Amino acid sequence: MSPENAATAAKLNITAGNRSKTVEMIVTGVLIACSLVAILVTVGIVFSLLFESLRFFERVPMSEFLFGTKWSPQTALRADQVAADGAFGAVPLITGTLLISFIAMCVATPLGLFSAIYLSEYASKRTRDWVKPLLEILAGIPTVVYGFFAALVVAPMLRSTGESVGLNVSSESALAAGLIMGVMIIPLISSLSDDVINAVPQSLRDASLGLGSTDSETIRNVILPAAIPGIAGSLLLAASRAIGETMIVVMAAGLAANLTANPLEAVTTITAQIVALLTGDQEFDSAKTLSAFALGLLLFIVTLILNVISLKIVNKYREQYD
Amino acid sequence: MTSMLTTPTRLRKSREASETRFKWFGRGAIALSLAFLVFMVGSIILQGKGALTTSEIAVTVDLSADNIDPNDIEATSFDSLMKKSLRETFPEVTSRGDKRKLYGLLSVDLGFELRDQIIADPSLLGGPQKLWFTASDDADLVLSGTVDRNLDEENRRMSDLEISWLETLEQSDSTNREFNTKFFTNGDSREPELAGILSALMGSILTLSVCFFVSFPIAILAAIYLEEFAPKNRLSQFIEVNINNLAAVPSIVFGLLGLAMLLNTFGLPRSTPLVGGLVLSLMTLPTIIIAARASLRAVPPSIREAALGMGASPVQATFHHVAPLALPGILTGTIVGMAQALGETAPLLMIGMVAFIADVPSSIVEPAAALPVQIFLWADASERAFVEKTSAAIIVLLVFLVLMNLMAIYLRKKFEKRF
Repeated sequence: MSPENAATAAKLNITAGNRSKTVEMIVTGVLIACSLVAILVTVGIVFSLLFESLRFFERVPMSEFLFGTKWSPQTALRADQVAADGAFGAVPLITGTLLISFIAMCVATPLGLFSAIYLSEYASKRTRDWVKPLLEILAGIPTVVYGFFAALVVAPMLRSTGESVGLNVSSESALAAGLIMGVMIIPLISSLSDDVINAVPQSLRDASLGLGSTDSETIRNVILPAAIPGIAGSLLLAASRAIGETMIVVMAAGLAANLTANPLEAVTTITAQIVALLTGDQEFDSAKTLSAFALGLLLFIVTLILNVISLKIVNKYREQYD
Repeated sequence: MTSMLTTPTRLRKSREASETRFKWFGRGAIALSLAFLVFMVGSIILQGKGALTTSEIAVTVDLSADNIDPNDIEATSFDSLMKKSLRETFPEVTSRGDKRKLYGLLSVDLGFELRDQIIADPSLLGGPQKLWFTASDDADLVLSGTVDRNLDEENRRMSDLEISWLETLEQSDSTNREFNTKFFTNGDSREPELAGILSALMGSILTLSVCFFVSFPIAILAAIYLEEFAPKNRLSQFIEVNINNLAAVPSIVFGLLGLAMLLNTFGLPRSTPLVGGLVLSLMTLPTIIIAARASLRAVPPSIREAALGMGASPVQATFHHVAPLALPGILTGTIVGMAQALGETAPLLMIGMVAFIADVPSSIVEPAAALPVQIFLWADASERAFVEKTSAAIIVLLVFLVLMNLMAIYLRKKFEKRF
């Protein structure tokens, strides 16, 4: 090789090395940028909700929003009058949301937990392989389908059943929406609890069975107590799903802001009101439209707290036995 | 302990009974959940079946030169010609109200249907022809048997007179039921018998495409960074917590974000697949990232070490060796995320994709509907026939979801590698 050639080769090598270094840096930069999108989305959510909510709270005091018991945003009489803009007390919406979520949890907790216990402790591998995906289908069905079914089949069914025993059931009763929502979150509870129960070490089972207890005694007295924090976490996560669920309540629960604990009456929820406020004709900047963002912020904060707590519990618990 | 020894049989029996009871609780819970699934899907399929067929009514139309000028077909008033032909079929109808009811047996599109048939086959011209037309939704419900003819007249939309006309038509073999192609080739319509899902389906496809092209690259790169490059510091941890939380944020909140940011701040066009796709992509990001990270983690370190040992740079090792091996798992996660996005309704309502859209959208900046939103809109409609349409649209949506999930399962089975 002539010295000249060697020099060129060395030069080429150096540029190639430099180039690959630049490429590495650019690629790493792009990668970092992409993962920052996740933070950006969170920041975007917080800021857009906060910003619009602050504008809402300029018009309606926060105390009225949080503690007022009358919700009727539709009754704007005169645009130039703040007081005429209707009542923005979110209490009926919060109680409505809690009532429907409570009914849902009453349905989903026993069904989901018992499914999880049976699948993880009793079922053969074959049954497990079949039943688990079938249960997951319940989670894969779009919520608009549940909503349609609740409004079209379940609500009339409850109404006629109620009539036959002399009860007056509203056609938009909290019960119909809650029942169907409960079915929707069964797979969430069952699959999360299943993971938690499976994470309980085999040695605990063996010890209990070795002392002569039956399978069910082992489950009740050993496995469930050991798994309780994880199960609580999965229930919290399911509750947060129920609180944030929209389509079922929009289609089956209606818009009547009643302050009641009677599951046979119509109630409305935070999510259903957000949809009602923001679809159809809307004047931007009115307290009515802005109130949807305040409700959204409330929803975001509540579900965020539930999620953070439950994720923490579930993760901490997983590590304990790993 | 003594009691256990002295009365072994009684205690054992009660313990055994409680064991069996417990087991049956578990079985019962599963059976109940699955029974509900079968009940729900079954009742929707039974209801939607009706919308997959449609009724046709044959009317003899005089297409001679008196009525239609063969040289200038378009000049004809097809509507009045159709009405005339209907009156000739039932000459006994004289009052104005009854005539209107008679025209109501056919869909409002009757004139267009006649025109289209003539233009498709000009040889029809010249004399009377027996042609088929779409029946109106109320007539269809009677003909298909969904509405009971023996019901009290006050409890149904069709009067006895109209039903007697339909029965006359049935006796002269002038009614027919056939596969409802209109349901798959028409856009939305105020008339149930003409409403189809093509516009909503196209809207969904466009929205999902936007969602895919935005979320897939970002998610995959973010997952690669977090799994392969990120130093274990506070920032990475913060990103991770963020992603996990985003996965559990209610979907409607993403809709609010889209409304406040994309529509009001950036001024993107309302009701379009572009905005819908962007909002959905924010929602699917965490799903895909989590799945992608899991499948990157499943690639054994030996692959990385071998590549690095041969002189590959970290970027080369990742993109040439690790990522391709993880790709099937990433694709599976992506398809599952897309299936979720396809069924998502609430955020689309927030950004105005609830408008009545009859035209089939052809670009991502045109207003469009989406399949689940169409279901929501039809479920709200008052006409009885829309119940069937809604169920049929749900069937179509479920078929797509099943196909996507089968594809995901197939990919997983085919490319699954255990290292």
